[in-house]
Amino acid sequence: MSSSNTTPCRLYVNGDRYDIDVEPRRTLADALRDDCGLTGTHLGCEHGVCGACTVLLDGQPVRACLMFAVQAEGSSVRTVEGLAPDDVTLHPVQQAFWDNHGLQCGFCTPGFLTLIAGYLEEHPDAEENELREVLSSNLCRCTGYQNIIKATLAAQKLLNGKQTEPGGVQEPA
Amino acid sequence: MSAPPADPPTWSGRSVPRAEDPAIIRGWGSYVADIAARDRGVMYARFVRSTIASGRIISVTVPPDVVAFTASDLVGVQPIRAVLHRPDFVDVATPILAEDVVRFVGDPIVLVLARTEAEAEDAAERVTVELEPLPAVLSADEALADGAPLVHDSVPADHPNAPNTVVDGRIATPGAEEAFRRADHVVAVRVSSGRQSAMPLEARAAHAAYDRGTGRSTLHATLQMPHVTRTGIADCLGIAEDDLRVVSPDVGGGFGAKMALAREDVALVWASRHLRRDLAWIETREENFLAAWHSREQVYDVEGAFTAEGELLALRGDLICDVGAYCCYPVTWAVEPLMALAELPGPYKVSEYDVRSRAITTNKCPIAPYRGVSRPMQVLAMERLLDVAAEEIGIDRVSIRDINLVSEFPHRAPTGLVLDLASHRETLATAAQLADLDDFEARRAAAREEGRYLGIGFSCFAERTGYGTPAFAARSRPFGADGTKKSLITPGFERVVLTMDPSGGVTLRIGASPHGQGLKTTLAQVVCDELGLDPSQVRVIASDTDATPYGWGSFASRAMVIAGGASMLAAQDLADRLRTLAADRLGGLPGDVELSGGHARLRGGDATVPIAVLARDTYHSSHLIPDKGEPALESVGLYDPSGTFANACHLAEVEVDPLTGNVTINRFLVAEDAGRLINPAIVDGQIHGGVVQGIANALFEELVYDDRGVLVTTSLMDFLPPTILEVPDIEVAHVYTISPASVTGAKGVGEGGTIGAPAAIANAISDALRPFGVGVFHLPATPHRIRTAIREGRDLQLNRHSSVTEVTA
Repeated sequence: MSSSNTTPCRLYVNGDRYDIDVEPRRTLADALRDDCGLTGTHLGCEHGVCGACTVLLDGQPVRACLMFAVQAEGSSVRTVEGLAPDDVTLHPVQQAFWDNHGLQCGFCTPGFLTLIAGYLEEHPDAEENELREVLSSNLCRCTGYQNIIKATLAAQKLLNGKQTEPGGVQEPA
Repeated sequence: MSAPPADPPTWSGRSVPRAEDPAIIRGWGSYVADIAARDRGVMYARFVRSTIASGRIISVTVPPDVVAFTASDLVGVQPIRAVLHRPDFVDVATPILAEDVVRFVGDPIVLVLARTEAEAEDAAERVTVELEPLPAVLSADEALADGAPLVHDSVPADHPNAPNTVVDGRIATPGAEEAFRRADHVVAVRVSSGRQSAMPLEARAAHAAYDRGTGRSTLHATLQMPHVTRTGIADCLGIAEDDLRVVSPDVGGGFGAKMALAREDVALVWASRHLRRDLAWIETREENFLAAWHSREQVYDVEGAFTAEGELLALRGDLICDVGAYCCYPVTWAVEPLMALAELPGPYKVSEYDVRSRAITTNKCPIAPYRGVSRPMQVLAMERLLDVAAEEIGIDRVSIRDINLVSEFPHRAPTGLVLDLASHRETLATAAQLADLDDFEARRAAAREEGRYLGIGFSCFAERTGYGTPAFAARSRPFGADGTKKSLITPGFERVVLTMDPSGGVTLRIGASPHGQGLKTTLAQVVCDELGLDPSQVRVIASDTDATPYGWGSFASRAMVIAGGASMLAAQDLADRLRTLAADRLGGLPGDVELSGGHARLRGGDATVPIAVLARDTYHSSHLIPDKGEPALESVGLYDPSGTFANACHLAEVEVDPLTGNVTINRFLVAEDAGRLINPAIVDGQIHGGVVQGIANALFEELVYDDRGVLVTTSLMDFLPPTILEVPDIEVAHVYTISPASVTGAKGVGEGGTIGAPAAIANAISDALRPFGVGVFHLPATPHRIRTAIREGRDLQLNRHSSVTEVTA
């Protein structure tokens, strides 16, 4: 890539500042993965249907494959790596996915986690039907969505400070 | 529903949270594209592909500033070749890049390299390929017509098969004809399915690194069979297997589509060695639809001979599998027709049998295994046959199944297959009971009053799992006609190496290669039951040819049965060794030593010793245990079963809107017997995901070629995987049959959902459409097709003898 084609771009991702040089045509997804080294954002179709690349842009779920990196300048981006507060604690949505077997191959999972985290933060009391509508934004090929909706409802309870139902999964005594 | 077997508390049988998850949910997984993204010096590959179904390559023009390779650059590189030694098998070679001719839209012709993916795409657009169209065959019927063009003109003229017929198998029992003569009812159905893509969410991807110091290559690729991939690439490139390490890191779904050796992976490793640098190829979704294997396009004509009471005496059939342009490696293009030939009767008693099953080559994307292989079609044929027969004979749909299901075991089918202990009638009874048919009929009647059409459908099947070497060996003679064994590839043993380190931690190295099934979690559960450890003390290492014993990877619902069995056997060996060491130290007999909670203790006493102490002393004070074997704690497990059968009955309840043709699935129920469940949450997850892929086959997904052989469904806006809004809640009821055919008692469960769901839905829609006198015999049953069927009063069925897959009703 010749530097004459690139433009400086400043991204704020998960609270960190990244000063990168990108071609104007570089997508936000590619910039996150290749320039910022945040490979948790996955690319499943690169035409905006599957939602694996979903990130939060100023709190709103967006398809990172359908945005140019330069369009995100000055905005705050949150990726799957930025959901958990630290390396020890999980975000409630992550915890709920683990507890409820909400993932198999895990390729779509970052997109679902950001989608759900973003939506529940703005709509903590969303009804199940509304959440199903939101989950239909993204594709999962492994789970049949059964445990994704279960995990989403469990995450909602965790986020709202309620106890989850005892175990989608069961620890040995 | 029976209760789970009441065994002593063990790790097996618990829904232990998966060890795989924490990294993935944090975004710390490592998929192939992530490895490429971290390689600063990598160049990206892009393939220029054929835009026509059949043609001659006239010229390839590459601008001077573009790095590109064509077949003529691949000097000495051998084509991909997978054979079976059968007189009816046609052996063709798959060139790594198309040589003189192209055989399908998507056939790779030129490999282009550039510094970024975007630049590689730009460069590929500047490469000009001139193609002269040749006549193409776009359907099995066209391929079989007199004077049809040949997809491969390399087949010897004296080959017994008809032109373009690449497998032509038949099993016939002597009494079949007579059984049809004396039958009270002969019922015939033709069922068919469109093409489908396995569509893993992560398309194919590869990263080939070259080490100048050692001359060694490392391929990271998204694979199900890393060891077999290494063999295949080494054979093509003429290098020692040891010159290539193959690693399959986190894999974003496989479903069979990542079993077959990719020409692109071979080309990438070749180019990386040729240029002595790192290269990556990240397949686009469009390429994945065009060229990454298709599935399902089959037409089965099946007839059943029934008594007046509905007993199925005999089956007759002609099964046609369109297998596309090339033969996949390693399981070959015989995998679909031969599986159908051997397994068509499924869980039903049939004493006489006369079935022919063929693979037909066409100028379309090659077929390779996809979850269930030909079993969704076999089950569709049998279950539609039974529903049609039940109606004709005048008995109910549960009874006709119940009287024909195998209930004595082992049962030898007329195809030679032996069904092990299973619960066919019990799962049907469970589903029928939960379906509450009386209540359904009341609801159906009430709905009809409102102008709504409800239907219910069953499907019963036996899901053969854990195919070991004997199962694959049965497909081929051991030697070729010329006496050679060349290229014969016969999966499926598994070996594991279990090592306890001086701290008492355990490493399990396996040849299976998980890609989302949670196998690292479940194998640790199996091992811990034997060793008395906690799963957190077991690390499972897989999918790296440098670090694992040779194995066949993960496919065909085999990993839990075969790798699980090998792991259990290895753990039992290691446990025996630990008991001997502990008995020596505690002053007892090995048989009296129990291993639990990380300790060895003498039964009935207080004497205990931590397993970690035994481990430490074995390595670090080996002089103190001179008669107790070598100074290591290691065992090898080998398991190679002939296979077992999981079984299930699926039940679908649908509502069909006759105005729009839309189908809503109101209820989906699975009564499943997968034997002993090692991790019930994971088992249910496999069933859920499998059923939804079956729903996709039944209602939504179809790869469509136009009348020139151009694929028109190349995006997720044309090929429609279900979202959460299209799928119902899936109810799962378990029945538990512990069969001696599997040492762990686990039967394998990876494909059943996909195998049974299409037939249950087709039966349910047909049931709903009964007032209109039409049934569903072709999938997917799209709204348009259902509307047309109702309007024209004709079954939804494939029209044969047309140039492309044309479905009318």
